[in-house]
Amino acid sequence: MPLEKITKIVGSAIIIPGDDIDTDRIIPARFMKCVTFDGLGEFLFYDVRHNETGEPTDHPLNRPEAKEAKFLISGNNFGCGSSREHAPQAIYRFGFRAVIAGGFAEIFFGNATTLGMPCISLSRSDLVDLQKTIHAEPSTKLELDLASKTLAVAGKSYAVQIRESARDALINGRWDAIGELLDALPKVRETASRLPYMNV
Amino acid sequence: MNTTTAKPKSLFQKVWDAHAIRKLASGQTQLLIGTHLIHEVTSPQAFGMLRDLGLKVLMPHRTFATVDHIVPTDQMFEPFADPLADAMIKELRRNCAEFGITFFDRSTGHQGIVHIVGPEQGITQPGTTIACGDSHTSTHGAFGAIAFGIGTSQVRDVLATQTMALGELKVRRINVEGKLETGVYAKDVILHIIRKLGVNGGTGYAYEYGGPVFDSFSLEERMTVCNMSIEGGARVGYVNPDQKTFDYLKGRPFAPKGSAWEDAVVRWTSFRSEPGCHYDDVVTFDAAEVEPTVTWGINPGQAISINERIPTVEDAPEEEKASVAEALAHMKLTPGAAIKGTPVNVAFLGSCTNGRLSDFVEVAKFLKGRKVAPNVRAIAVPGSQGVAKLCSEMGLDKLFEEAGFEWRGAGCSMCLAMNPDKLVGDEVCASSSNRNFKGRQGSPNGRTILMSPVMVAAAAVTGVVSDAREVFGT
Repeated sequence: MPLEKITKIVGSAIIIPGDDIDTDRIIPARFMKCVTFDGLGEFLFYDVRHNETGEPTDHPLNRPEAKEAKFLISGNNFGCGSSREHAPQAIYRFGFRAVIAGGFAEIFFGNATTLGMPCISLSRSDLVDLQKTIHAEPSTKLELDLASKTLAVAGKSYAVQIRESARDALINGRWDAIGELLDALPKVRETASRLPYMNV
Repeated sequence: MNTTTAKPKSLFQKVWDAHAIRKLASGQTQLLIGTHLIHEVTSPQAFGMLRDLGLKVLMPHRTFATVDHIVPTDQMFEPFADPLADAMIKELRRNCAEFGITFFDRSTGHQGIVHIVGPEQGITQPGTTIACGDSHTSTHGAFGAIAFGIGTSQVRDVLATQTMALGELKVRRINVEGKLETGVYAKDVILHIIRKLGVNGGTGYAYEYGGPVFDSFSLEERMTVCNMSIEGGARVGYVNPDQKTFDYLKGRPFAPKGSAWEDAVVRWTSFRSEPGCHYDDVVTFDAAEVEPTVTWGINPGQAISINERIPTVEDAPEEEKASVAEALAHMKLTPGAAIKGTPVNVAFLGSCTNGRLSDFVEVAKFLKGRKVAPNVRAIAVPGSQGVAKLCSEMGLDKLFEEAGFEWRGAGCSMCLAMNPDKLVGDEVCASSSNRNFKGRQGSPNGRTILMSPVMVAAAAVTGVVSDAREVFGT
């Protein structure tokens, strides 16, 4: 199963301000009553994109240019809470291809990486600086290069942090582990046979 | 083998080593998952992916299913009124039948919240690895298991290979020394820990809980703490197994029987963290400092003890000012005011955090002969059909109903509102659940105040956030 090698991502960005943006906010649980991930993009951040009568608000995700954006930018501890893969699926299916934040919750980070959507961290000061640039000019293009671990924006270059195993998996096209995992089934069976609780 | 030179290891390390298959090219480990638990929300897409890839379930006897999130707790018959919910339970039934997976369906009498059913059935055992497409899987660590919440692609991985790719975690030992005061519960301990270490303080760590308070805790109390590890950012939380663990498991349907039992106890004991083992971090709390704790904000770390005042933006550290302001605006609370006395509209008792027999037994002690305040809608939701049956045998269902609670069927209910149990508008809910995120309980403007079950009962009878010790004279 050859996968795309994800090294460069180029495009504009949308800012979702705030720290600790949880997965219930990214995709409220009531939209998880589904048996496929199809169509989840339209429910992304639903409760802030709509008012109490269901009309769209002036949220950045409702603007036409949001559909073109490749980067979603937020604050610290992005994606905390529930393990629902529906959250990164909704972000990906909306059209985003990378998330930039101060930091990520563990499960969200893993779920997003498995979809081939890099989660990269910037220092607090770089994040503030980046957000200022985008506020001033929303169509600003960002260029992420995972090979050099840099984010180029309006003539500046920010150092990005990403866990090395995730970076390796993305740039070498092995971000979805299933193929590799299947290769080791004999060893899996052998190890399981030595664990009494797996053999009842 | 020369065992004298072996370095002492933590339980986490031992369980990891016993289940590690190999290092993957990325540097992650392919880890064997001995026990896989699934439910209706995060599994259907995984089965869909299996079919798309033409794969089978490798070890169907190591996956166990139940239905919890979408179950209407006030409707005992099918089809469900909500066609989406009905489609989900039918899909799970179809998948379990097709792939030969044990399903604790509603007709079995063993259905319930996945993190209550696993321990109740004796499926959750020490020294094992457990995964489930649900972040509160950390609950099972109460038995000395290493239990991971995973996403749906990993559910697919575990179904197809009984393994998943994972980076090794660091281990933080959290000691709670001393003795809790009367009226202070396991829920208060974990809310206190999260408040002090932060909602992302545990990122990259497994939490090992120990010390006199955990030694004295029942398994159900340990589950309450381990359950909320993820709210502190820790993917895994566990307590070393002891005699209480073994006593809890003995005789349960999936626990080892006969001579296998003695062998299992020896093996389980061998997984305990050894004296002198390496921890990446050690944090110690004094039980005397833990008070009945309630949240005031929109994440579980935004908590104060019942007699503290609601924080102000001015007093918050610079980097937290925006979060504090956002939380205060959502909660419509007055900065600097007492949290005690805040009116509540709804009282919710239940969830994988606090929906076990001991939770209802403890509340019942205080609720007997009292009435829910007239302006409060109160619901009590046993976490499983098994818990419901035990409560009913003790007459607790009647006691709760006489006090003015609605007594419901087993499910996740108002913890996350994927079913008809929801807040309306900006209602305030005194809740024994685990998350106070914006919109979590079903209304975008709904307001959740997390607390222990006994504190929920105190709020229910007074109609305001209260100190249960004062209300019930303990």
